[in-house]
Amino acid sequence: MSLPTDVLSGAVGVDTSAPLARANPSAKLAVAAVLALALVLTTDVVTAAVALALVVACLPFTGLGARALWRRGWVLVVAAVPSGVFTALLGVDSGDVLLGAGWFTVTEGSAVSAVAIVLRILAIGLPGVVLLSTTDPTDLADSLAQDLRLSHRFVLSALAAMRLVGVLAEEWTALGQARRARGLGDDGVLGRLRGFGGRLFALLVLAVRRATVLATAMEARGFGLVRERTWARPSHFGLWDATVVLGGVALAGVATAAGVAAGTWQLVLSG
Amino acid sequence: MVPARAGVVPPVLSARGWGWRHGTRRAWAVRGLDLDVAAGERVLLLGPSGAGKSTLLQGLAGLLDPDNGDEEGRLHLDGVEVRAARAAGGRAGAARTGLLLQDPLSQTVLARCGDDVAFGLENHGVPREQIWARVDEAMAAVGFPYGRAHPTARLSGGERQRLALAGVLALRPGLLLLDEPTAMLDPVGADGLRVTVADLLGATGAGCVLVEHRVGPWLPLVDRVVVLEPGGGVRADGSPADVLGRHGAELAAGGVWVPDHPPRTPPPRAGGRGPRLLEAQDLSVRRPGALAPAVAGVDLRVDAGTCTAVLGPNGAGKSTLALALSGLAAPDAGRLVAHEALADGAGPSPHRWRARELAARIGTVFQEPAHQFVAATVADELAVGPRLQGTDPTRTAVLVDELLQRLRLDGLAAANPFTLSGGEQRRLSVATVLATRPRLLVLDEPTFGQDSRTWAELVALLAEVRDEGVAVCAVTHDADLVAALADDVLHLTTPDPTTRDRSTPDLTAVDRADTGSGGAA
Repeated sequence: MSLPTDVLSGAVGVDTSAPLARANPSAKLAVAAVLALALVLTTDVVTAAVALALVVACLPFTGLGARALWRRGWVLVVAAVPSGVFTALLGVDSGDVLLGAGWFTVTEGSAVSAVAIVLRILAIGLPGVVLLSTTDPTDLADSLAQDLRLSHRFVLSALAAMRLVGVLAEEWTALGQARRARGLGDDGVLGRLRGFGGRLFALLVLAVRRATVLATAMEARGFGLVRERTWARPSHFGLWDATVVLGGVALAGVATAAGVAAGTWQLVLSG
Repeated sequence: MVPARAGVVPPVLSARGWGWRHGTRRAWAVRGLDLDVAAGERVLLLGPSGAGKSTLLQGLAGLLDPDNGDEEGRLHLDGVEVRAARAAGGRAGAARTGLLLQDPLSQTVLARCGDDVAFGLENHGVPREQIWARVDEAMAAVGFPYGRAHPTARLSGGERQRLALAGVLALRPGLLLLDEPTAMLDPVGADGLRVTVADLLGATGAGCVLVEHRVGPWLPLVDRVVVLEPGGGVRADGSPADVLGRHGAELAAGGVWVPDHPPRTPPPRAGGRGPRLLEAQDLSVRRPGALAPAVAGVDLRVDAGTCTAVLGPNGAGKSTLALALSGLAAPDAGRLVAHEALADGAGPSPHRWRARELAARIGTVFQEPAHQFVAATVADELAVGPRLQGTDPTRTAVLVDELLQRLRLDGLAAANPFTLSGGEQRRLSVATVLATRPRLLVLDEPTFGQDSRTWAELVALLAEVRDEGVAVCAVTHDADLVAALADDVLHLTTPDPTTRDRSTPDLTAVDRADTGSGGAA
């Protein structure tokens, strides 16, 4: 139930005046994208380690305290640690065997790969966590439409639809209670799985119904009426925002350069 | 409450042989409509469900797309075709019409109140320098109690409708199109919105076309009543006194709440009190995920063959209490005991019962009927409960037929429950629950938003099952329902607002707090 409120109030509990928090949402999005690209190109440990170190060094300027960061970013750790363990156990073996038990072996090579995958997940994910926790969705939509010139019909429809997510979360709970009231759900996992489909269908019907009303209400207030709509909230892409983007590019560049210099950088596709 | 401000230019409405058929339908929603409405006139539009009232309002708003349906005749505002009139608004920075719909939750577009009101102005290309002044003016005009930055997720149903009205008013429409704007509000929210609409119409000189079942409270506001004929055309047209005087009985039979023709109510309880079924002592219940209990310190006794009404203002936790009484939420503190006459060997705590045991003992009717539907046809829906109880197929079929007839659903046995009208869905949701012959019925706002005909049928049915010895427990705002049925009444009060959890948006429009809304109350 905490999902909808968190999704809708991105910037609550965060110092939004911090240098990186107040950057233009599109600038923050660009940084996250550039970093992700740099780390998708290679799987090596040096590039990932340097990138993560630099990202962590930037965290004090994001306005996110340690607790706020953990509250929003713990999912990353949950994703990273098992990935590392699996890679260590099942990854391509090379070098000395560090641990061995039947089919499962941890070698120098697989251990390094494991560390690399953990670092990569964190280095790609952290900028995303910062983006989501320091950015109000409305501001992001304003910026995407005004600064990046994405279709305002698309951006605003997505934003309005997101507001319905909170309502649907409540509907989902009510649907579950109603099924129990009807006497369904006693047949263990299988029965619950079968019920899941029905519940999903009902949710879909309710969602379409609400979305239809929402679309009518939006059109009644002139949505899509004029080609050049105006914007009540101006979105500025200024010098500082350009600096932030350049900073992100530089960060990705330094990490990649470090990987190349160490001789570990290798383009993923060239395998 | 309404600051003096410039009036608007109300348009003249004219329909000549106008008709509309939705793309997927064979029947025309509206046909052969001839209607003239003078500038600034306030019209109440009546007619049975399916007479095309909402379609006409959407047509007037210029929202019916010729790509998605067939049109005949013409529909004009000030001599301009309605879609052209809408498009002209985009050039003028103002709208000819303003449409307010029924469902509060589905009309909020943005996350902050001020942004939501600004949405229409942006769409009409109003220059930024003018937007915020017009937003503030509209929010003040509807008596909105919060500032621009207030999150829309925390609004009650009444507050949401008020905000949607502000968003419409910011566009300075000359004709308000109101499609049952108070049907999903509690009495306090509905009264507040009605007063605001009356003030606004008076202050601006705008006209209005209103669709509403509960006509009584709106009558002082309108100068003309138009009744649409389901097949097409106009059935009656004239002053409220004239039309309701001559056609009152016929309108009431069609489901309209006409003040002089109240729905029939059942005779008082025939039998005596049965054994005690359920007992709550100092009971507290929390909503899932909430920190503070939604309702606390409840003492309640429910006896077989009686009807208990649970009343209280929005935010008092009525729906949450209903979930606990239905065995769908665990008590947080205090005790909730099912006596043997109800439990029948299943143990004293309803929330611990297996789903099948629960459905055989307590029938729960949710506020939103669609939440309860689990089958593809109406007949299957009714058979689900008996089948789970192991009733043999022949007897199940007999039972289903009986219920179909009793609830006037027999023509719809093969229809998909989701495609039924609001009143039909409500009747079906009650019928599915009766199919398992429970000893206790718990209903959350069973009469909410229903027309007078469905209301009378529901009340008669509840009286009938009560006289058969079933205990009926209804959470409600409906004073008429309480007067017609209740033996015992429990009044809940709003818990301390500082400890109450308001962070989660509420599913139900009614059970929301209107506290702190100042002008709303």
